[in-house]
Amino acid sequence: MNNLLWLVPTLPLLGALLLGLFGAVLPAWCTALIGTASVGIAAIIASSIGIHWYGNAPASHVFVQDLWSWIDLPHLSIGLSLYLDPVSLLMMLVITTVGFLIHLFSTEYMAGDEGYSRYFVYLNLFVAAMLLLVLASDLLVMFVGWEGVGVCSYLLVGFWFHKPANGYAARKSFVVTRIADIAMLVGILLLAVKLGTLSIQPMLARAVEVWPHGDVWPSLAAGLLLIGGLGKSAQVPFQTWLPDAMAGPTPVSALIHAATMVTAGVYLIVRTHVLFLLAPDVLMAISIGAAITLLLAALAALVQSDIKRVLAYSTISQIGYMFLAVGVGAWSAAMFHFLTHAVFKALLFLSAGAIAMRLHHEQNIFKMGGLRNKIPLAFWSFLIGSASLAALPVVSAGSFSKEMILGSVWFDPTIGPLLWGAGLLGALITATYISRVVFLVFFGPVRTEVSGRYGVRIAVPLIVLAAGSMLVGWLETPGFLGGNRMVTVLLRPAVGAVGIHPAMDILADASGYIAPLLGVAIAFTLYRSGYWQRAATAQPNALRRLMHSGFGFDAVYDVILVRPFMALVRGLRNDPVDLVITGISVLAIRLHRALRRSQVGQVRRYAGWVMVGSIATVAILVFA
Amino acid sequence: MVDLSWQVPTALASVLFIIGLLGLLARRSLVFVLMSIEIMLNAVALLFVTAGMRWGSPDGQIMFIFVINLAGAEIALGLILLLRLRTRLTTLDSDAANLLRDVQV
Repeated sequence: MNNLLWLVPTLPLLGALLLGLFGAVLPAWCTALIGTASVGIAAIIASSIGIHWYGNAPASHVFVQDLWSWIDLPHLSIGLSLYLDPVSLLMMLVITTVGFLIHLFSTEYMAGDEGYSRYFVYLNLFVAAMLLLVLASDLLVMFVGWEGVGVCSYLLVGFWFHKPANGYAARKSFVVTRIADIAMLVGILLLAVKLGTLSIQPMLARAVEVWPHGDVWPSLAAGLLLIGGLGKSAQVPFQTWLPDAMAGPTPVSALIHAATMVTAGVYLIVRTHVLFLLAPDVLMAISIGAAITLLLAALAALVQSDIKRVLAYSTISQIGYMFLAVGVGAWSAAMFHFLTHAVFKALLFLSAGAIAMRLHHEQNIFKMGGLRNKIPLAFWSFLIGSASLAALPVVSAGSFSKEMILGSVWFDPTIGPLLWGAGLLGALITATYISRVVFLVFFGPVRTEVSGRYGVRIAVPLIVLAAGSMLVGWLETPGFLGGNRMVTVLLRPAVGAVGIHPAMDILADASGYIAPLLGVAIAFTLYRSGYWQRAATAQPNALRRLMHSGFGFDAVYDVILVRPFMALVRGLRNDPVDLVITGISVLAIRLHRALRRSQVGQVRRYAGWVMVGSIATVAILVFA
Repeated sequence: MVDLSWQVPTALASVLFIIGLLGLLARRSLVFVLMSIEIMLNAVALLFVTAGMRWGSPDGQIMFIFVINLAGAEIALGLILLLRLRTRLTTLDSDAANLLRDVQV
């Protein structure tokens, strides 16, 4: 069964290739079939591998499939091999399954778009690149997938490129992540130079051998890799690109900017966690940065009026939780939150897309309202997704994973309680901002009339993901709910048993459950009193404007980075460096113009010049 | 009494050469140009003979024979060109034959 692993990334790639070559001539149903089936079959194979793995995992809990050798140098050889261990298995399952559901949703959502086949080319290519990223056994191969998903993200954010704003958003997302990727590439090269190999497992083993705990080299390498991860995962200070990336089609936001690509940073750190354990300072920085990120993004989400921007900020915030878990070494908690987040955030985005479909692509929550009875399917799916995002206890998957993270953070010996407090506050705000959206969109008077109806290809992904959002949490439950530990047990061979702690202080534990309920209550009170509606129409004060702009990072970057760079560009536009070269040619032309005046065609004049030349020659011979 | 036996012919040769040169530069008629060249050649020939006398060497007179030959050949070619030019341009003005001038574009 495991030997079919190579098919998992190959099938979507094949789909992209087929659609790319023949998409223009194929009918739409054929495009949809190829696009969806390639990922669907990959999902079936991945699931079979997963089921097979559950009973008959290899003794080492690792399966490596060597495909071919890519680069073979005397001191460095890089092979294209697929590395399957519990972590990449989990990632692969989520990518293919959620990816398939989103493809299915897209076939109806994008119907009638003139770029229908182009859309599926990009989406399939993205899935292939993402699978290469998670399955690569070599850091450089992983980097290929890493850049591949970046390109696909760029192409899909700017999918409707006729609108200049979309092209701008696409370029912004590409450039910001590229800046971070340069740091990552430097880190990879540093590891290659210092450790002599880029194959992840031997590299990590060698790092432990040659570098003492807390040395400067592992800190530098881990820090550089971390910057790449922060960029891809839209964490402070690189988070500015994600809200703008919502310019892409909504299923793209669900797949790339919520479920899979943006969690690549978390995966990268979990994959190389041995290296990060050698660098405690970097881990500390991760958790502090994550706490800041999750609070800032949650506060920004509180005042957005575009439903997709709320979800974008909540994605930043939720990935902040994953980084928080990573920062305290709770690898399995981070991966578990990745799993639940992928399911419920994909559900939320798809529901938002489904709502927009029926409202003439309206995304402003203040122009929606009363949709509860009009579109019950979207209502229930969005409600379930919101409950999971808000981490309502027991009924939602998000609750279990968030509890697991908060529990691990609490036991961090250094600044654990502080981080725990930030996480708890974040949970409160999260529940508030998502409940605000639910109340404003689904309750109250109807503001925009609905039109159309859903087909089965919209309904099935929503229902499946909604079921998942309620149920995947039961894979890993706290002690008083059965103490099921499937995720931890699955991941233990890859990341060790860190993250399992005794039960917390009962008060701390309970507050983790009460905070979301309190958040919902706050949102409900403010909704009843009409505060949200008034705040949307009132002139915003300075604090509100600051929060709405995502705390002014864009403005700051504009002043310190974009403008100086553009000034430099304007200065260099006329090639000042070339002045030396062009100067020579200009001089030659000037001399030419001066000398051609002497070309008069009169013999007498030439004879005069001969005389002058002769006299000069004689004079030189005599006097020199 | 200063012996001027070679200074006087040398000065004469210089004067003749300058007269020829000025004629070459100043006159526009090709007949006079050819005549100016002849005068310059004869000035040089005279200088050779004077130098041969000064150092008591026959080389100067040998060179004179060469120069006379050269002058004969030159005048023959020059007159042919002159006649061709006369049939082409119907004038003997050397400045009119300026087809190789730079054309300002």
